[in-house]
Parts: sequence; C-alpha cells; structure tokens
Amino acid sequence: MTIQFNEETFRDDYSFYNSDWAIKRFPFPFHEDSYMYSVNMEQHRGGPKGSVYEMRFDVDEHYVSEMKDRELVLADDPLRCQSLPHMTLAGWDLLELIMVSKSEDYPDLFELHRDGNHWRWINKPLGIDDTFTFLDETTLPYGPMEYITRQAQGDFCVLDQRDEMLWMDAGMVTTQADWSLDFDIGMNFFEWHAPVPLAHEMGIFKRALKFLLNVQQGAPARRLNWTMTVNPLLDTSPENYHKWGIQKTTLTPENLGAKQHLRVELQTFFRLPRSNALVFPIRCYLISFQDLVTIPKWGRRLHRVVRDLPVELATYKGFIDNRPMMLDYLSKFDDGLPTSPGVFPDLDTEPPLSG
Amino acid sequence: MSAAPQKAKPGAEQIPVTVSAVVPLNDLVTRFEFKRRDGKPFPTFSGGAHTVVTMNDDGRTRLNPYSLMSDPSDTSTYAISVRRDDNGRGGSLFMHTRVNVGDEMTITYPVNLFSLDLRARKHLFFAGGIGITPFLSMIAQLELMNGNWELHYSVRTEALGSYVDELRYKFPNKVHVYYDDKSEAIPLEDLLDGQPLGTNAYVCGPKGMIDWIHATAESAGWPDAQVHSEEFLAPAPGKPFEVRLCKSDLTIQVGENESLLEAIERSGVEAPFLCRGGACGQCETNVVSYDGEFVHRDHWLDDEQHADGSKIMPCVSRFVGKSLELDR
Amino acid sequence: MSKFQFPESIISRPVYGTLTSRPGKAHLMIADAEGAEAILDLAVQDAVLMAKSHIIYIPKGTGETYTTKLRALKPAQFYEGPSYEASVQRLRHVLANAHQGLQVYLAGTEGLMGQAQNEAMQAGIPHTSIQTEHRGSVARRMQCVHCKGITEDVMHDPFQCAHCGLHLFVRDHYSRRLAAYQGVRVDAEDHGNIPEPQELYS
Repeated sequence: MTIQFNEETFRDDYSFYNSDWAIKRFPFPFHEDSYMYSVNMEQHRGGPKGSVYEMRFDVDEHYVSEMKDRELVLADDPLRCQSLPHMTLAGWDLLELIMVSKSEDYPDLFELHRDGNHWRWINKPLGIDDTFTFLDETTLPYGPMEYITRQAQGDFCVLDQRDEMLWMDAGMVTTQADWSLDFDIGMNFFEWHAPVPLAHEMGIFKRALKFLLNVQQGAPARRLNWTMTVNPLLDTSPENYHKWGIQKTTLTPENLGAKQHLRVELQTFFRLPRSNALVFPIRCYLISFQDLVTIPKWGRRLHRVVRDLPVELATYKGFIDNRPMMLDYLSKFDDGLPTSPGVFPDLDTEPPLSG
Repeated sequence: MSAAPQKAKPGAEQIPVTVSAVVPLNDLVTRFEFKRRDGKPFPTFSGGAHTVVTMNDDGRTRLNPYSLMSDPSDTSTYAISVRRDDNGRGGSLFMHTRVNVGDEMTITYPVNLFSLDLRARKHLFFAGGIGITPFLSMIAQLELMNGNWELHYSVRTEALGSYVDELRYKFPNKVHVYYDDKSEAIPLEDLLDGQPLGTNAYVCGPKGMIDWIHATAESAGWPDAQVHSEEFLAPAPGKPFEVRLCKSDLTIQVGENESLLEAIERSGVEAPFLCRGGACGQCETNVVSYDGEFVHRDHWLDDEQHADGSKIMPCVSRFVGKSLELDR
Repeated sequence: MSKFQFPESIISRPVYGTLTSRPGKAHLMIADAEGAEAILDLAVQDAVLMAKSHIIYIPKGTGETYTTKLRALKPAQFYEGPSYEASVQRLRHVLANAHQGLQVYLAGTEGLMGQAQNEAMQAGIPHTSIQTEHRGSVARRMQCVHCKGITEDVMHDPFQCAHCGLHLFVRDHYSRRLAAYQGVRVDAEDHGNIPEPQELYS
C-alpha cells in the first residue's frame, strides 16, 4: 500500500495526529488489565498484516515528519548521535540491515542496488538518491550509523558485546524517554538501566541480559515498553527537560484528552553480522488519550492499568502528579465490562462503551 | 506482549547446504566447504564465529560445532576444518569417512562466542593445532580493516601444520610457527612483555595451552578482560546413567557415547541449546534432586554453582550416582 | 582519617575498594590530598613495590602533610603537581609509553579518581583492572545535563551550575567517560521552587 505522509510537527504548535489507520494499528502495550515489569520478549518475525509488527522496520504516516524533527534536534545538539571509534563496523552492519530490509519490505518507497561494494540507495519519501562504496566512510556525508538513522524512525542503540556483557557504545537518540546518550555512552547494560526502580531487585535485567546476549543472527527479537508524555513531544530528553518539564503542568480536565499521550516503544533486537554487535532500535509511537479511547477495549484497560500501577512506577514514568486527573478522564471510558486477552483492538468482538 | 506469539526453537537458525568440496590437508585434518542449496548468499559473519553441523549418522543425529574458517566477507562459501579424533564419540570420524562432495547437510547461522575486541590496539593470537581455525576468519576480517595483528602458531610436526604454508606466504612478517618435534616453544613471557597498552591476546588450542597463557598473562599483570580463549569441548564419553525428566514425566537412559543433551533430545523432549560446547549457557537446566556426583565440564556455571548441585549444562556434563531429577 | 562509608546506591554509582599490590613490572599511582594515606598503606604491603612505581600526587590544600612521607617511600619517580589539570599532560605521556601489565592505582577524591581512570581507559586499560580507593572529601564532580558544563567539588544538593546557573539536583547516576555525576534542573516542573540546599550525606 502507498502511505500518505502527514504534514505535522512534534513541537511548538504540535500538529501531530494519527489517522484512523494509525489508531487501529497502534501498538497498545497492555495484554491484560494490569501491568508489571517482565522480560516479555518474543521473536521479531513479522506479525498480523498491516500491524506495526509486520515489517522488520515499520514505516508509517509519520515517517517524513519524524525525520524532519530529528534533523532539528541534531542541528541543535549534535551530541545526540555518537559512535565510539570501534563501533564504525557495527554502523555499516546497521546501514546494510536497514537498507536491505526497507528495500525488500517497501519496494515502492526504497530501492537498493548493489554491485559488489558499489551501492546505490534511493529513498523516495525523503528525496535521496546516493551512490557510495560500502565500508568506505569517505563516500558518505555522515558516518554509516548517522547516515542511515537520519532515514529511519525511532532511536537506535548499538551495543557492543564483550565479556558476557552489552555496552552502549553508539547510538542515535532523539526521541527518548528521558535518558541521555551523551551521558550513558560507554556504560554497560546494568549501568544504563541503573535509574530504573524495582526491576533490578526483581532480576528483570539479569534475565533480559541473558536473553539479549543470545539473540543470534537471523533470529531477531522484540518487546514493548511504555510511558506517558504531555503533548506529542518526541524529544523528551533530559538535555531539554528544563524546557519541556513544565509542560506537564499545563494539563487541565478540559485539554487532557487531547494533550495527554500514551507513549509506546517497540523495541527490537538484531545481531549484527560483521561486528557481532547488537542493535537495539527503539521505535516510539504516540497516541492521545482521546484517540485511544475510541477503541473501547483499550479505554477500559488503560483506566485499570493507570489506576493500579505501583507508585514507584508512576513516579519513574513521570506522571504521579497527574495521575488523579488522568483517572478522572479515563474512568468515563471504563464501564466495568471484562476485556478480551491480548493487545489487539478486537473491534468486531468487544462491545462498545455502555451507558 | 502477545502480538504474534512464536515459540523459540532450540538452536540457531538452520541453513540447508550442499558439500561443495572435501579437501584433505594432512593425515588428521580435512576441510569441508559448503554452498547454500537455495542459491542465496550466506550471511556475512564476524571472525571467530562457529556453525553447528547436523550429521545424520544412520538415524542418529549428531550436532557438532566447528569454527568458520573462511573469509567472513565471502558470502558464496562457508568452510570448516575438522580434525579426526579416533577416540572421540564419532562426529569427526563421520565427517572424515562419510561426507562426500554433493552431500546435503544442514548447518546453523553463525554464532560467535569468541569475537575480536574491536577496541584493541593490537591483536595477539596464540593457536595450538586445530585451534588455528577461528584465527583464519579473524585474520581475514582484520586484513580488511587494516587491523594490527600477530599470530603465534604451535603445531606438532611440519606435516601436521594445517595452513602453515598459506599463512606464511601471505603474511611472512606476522606469522610465527613453532614445531613441537623440533622442541620449539612459543616464547610466551617475552611476547607478553613490551606489548602496547590495549593489546588483546586470544588463545585457541588444548586446555593446557589455554591455562598456560591465562596464568602467564596474569602473572605479567595483564588484565583478565584482555585475554580471550575458546576451547570447544566435545562431550566426553562416560558411564551410562539414568535421569528423571520431571516436567516431561519421563525417565531416560544416557548412553556411554552420547551426551545428556542428546539423550534428552532423543527422547523427544525439546531442550534449548546453542553451542553444544559448554560455553553459551543456553542449555542450563535446573536440578530438582540428586543422589550422586556431577561431572561438570562446562565453562558457563561458576564454581559455586558447580559445587551446590543446583544446575547442570547437559551438553557436556554428566552424572555418576543413584538418581538425578531434572526440571525439563 | 577514617574512611567514609558511602550509602548503598544504584548500580552506575562507582564503588571504591582498597588498594592492593598486584604483579607487574610497572606501577602508576595517582592520588590527591588524603589519597596519599592509601598509597602509604599500599607501600607497607609490598616492600619492593615502590622501586617499580611512579607516583603522581596533588596535595590539594594539604600542604606538606603527605609529600614528605610519600617521597620517603623512595618511588622510582615522584611528581608533585599543583592541580590535576597541571598533571594531565604528564599522565598522558606516561600512559602513551606504557606497556601491557602496567598497574594503575588511584586514591583520593572521586573527581580525581574518575578523571585519571578515564585517561587510563582511553589508553587501553579496562576500567575493571584499575584499582581505586576513596579517601578525603566526599565532594562530587557534577555534569549539568542541560548545558554539559562540569561543576567541580559539589558539596550540596541542589546546587547551582557553575556554567548556565540552573539549580540542579544531584543524581547518583554516574558516567565513567565524563567522570561525573548527573545534575538535572530541580525546578523544571515548577519554575522557581528551589528546595533549601542540604549538605551531601548529612
């Protein structure tokens, strides 16, 4: 299918919106009426047709505008994209993975023509047609990781694997949930997750690391994570927190449905062939509460999850102060009926909101 | 999440291949080359990676890991070199005596448990005998990146020195060979002394050689994290024993010449695995109860875990005693 | 002076140990202020260590208290610097010419150990092989996550960034590469509401 790319912004006037298509395919992260940490990994080998899980790298209506937003962030702060010197080879691995995947999965949008190491890459939505020599940095305008991740939605962490450990040694991070690549680069898996509450004690990170160290070539994996954001702001970085933090206080009962967004990360994991590094793309999807509650099952369930979430998690995810107002809003979309298991909308089988 | 639940299969992804060449190198070592049956290119891989070869030995399935020794950037062919072990459990003998050009086999995607530290200022390789194989792909990778490396290769005799001539011809200043029968030894203490900061050492060979290099490097003050080793353990034969698999509600017998993992698989129980050499940790299994002694041979569990009898790595470890119950 | 016991914290926060003599032909010791005591203790452990050692010492306001004692250890090389910054070129030169097997020992304040550790890591020594022992001040080296400026010797939480002037709270999240803890605007969600600064660990 051909995608209509939205004209929209993720800052200032926040004209971001989801079409009906985007709402229905939104990666709702709660498979039951409550939430607690779990490793929740599964293989990343496609999914239902049209879903965000179908392709290796999902491309949707926000592609062009997200890439424009990334350009603005990088112009403002080039430190959002960094690669330690030994990670260049992993950058080439990533460039190959994305170019091959996108050209195979979206042949009408992307083309890759290879003759040995002589490559031509055509990106129609962004109007790019470049010829370069694979593994020769001098033939690209940026390093390989930066070049390709300026053309791919979501953040990218490229993790070196050494001594039974993963190391955050490169990344393109402009749509993050309040963590700083510039600060965290060079840290190991436990260190960059250090500020996360509860999960260490639960052994979540030990189990997750063990799983990730064993993600092999040809067998990628995925999981979902989530948080909350006021306004459809992609760049919720600590660097700019002194500017956006105050936006959390602009919520009112009247504007909450439009301003409060559920922010979902589709995290995928691919072993990279030449470098033996692991790439960890973190794709961010935003949906306003008012759009989300148009799916009756999701409205019911989100109310229950937000209501029952432990205080530590609501604090860590940054919405403890706004939780009462969010619950006032969401309770109107929870009639107490049971919900079907799984994450999908089930519009044909789930009853509309009663009363 | 449950977008599209898919149960992970044990082992790495499989690639159906045809044997394209069988090249005897000397009395003990033969090279096997593979082409993909579907005509697609092989995945590139990182130096030091291995593949697990599936052998159908008259109905008995053997799965043996071998280092990929071909150039990682050559996606047309994969190659392994197999040393014949007349006293082993039969995998290498099967390869030597039963595999011919044109045979169809299955190998796995590359898995790397012995990768280069790409931060290293210099890579210092120590190979013993057939332990040369992972270094061949590492060298090919480093040559492409203008990497700084040096090889010290110890072999028994000139006749048994696999790839010596080729390596010396291509890299006369970087390859140093030592012959046991001429009483030549790697001058290890001298070599470890004076290397620039950030040099990483790698060793692949017999256990004695690995231990010697680790110990010598440690006493010379080398950081442990900069000495890497790979020793593929073939599962050792041992006395037959009986195991109760609780989850599966089965009691199985482990034969003299098969591993516990193989016996579990033979009984139809799916068990996770990856390297089948005691290194990757995938097959780690909880022990429910036991009365006897474990013969732990893996590199995965730590000493404490070996001592407390709570876990076993069924790919290489065995058991001697009255009863053993596993959570499988 | 008794050693300070840091409270239990998150995993990214460094944990310091006690210096012990390790095998090796060459030994590099870098210390500031009361860190000298850790070097003096180390010298007691191993009689031949000092003959193979190079000490870089920054008294940092302790005057002559320790330099005489350190010199008396008769290290192969001894350098007393007026500041860490002044000693960095020397440190880099030593590391650039060092060989595998060099042992690095750091002692003193977190700021000094963090920065010297970073130099040694850049030179190719894994951080896990660099020994550290905390002595003296518990002041922290802080990076402002907003302007990226470093404020040295922070003793209070919150504190004011020496570069951009924002009031920042002191996190335990630590970057080895920056040799600094993270400081984040304390009043980001309520501009102007700045809590009364408390002395660290008080």
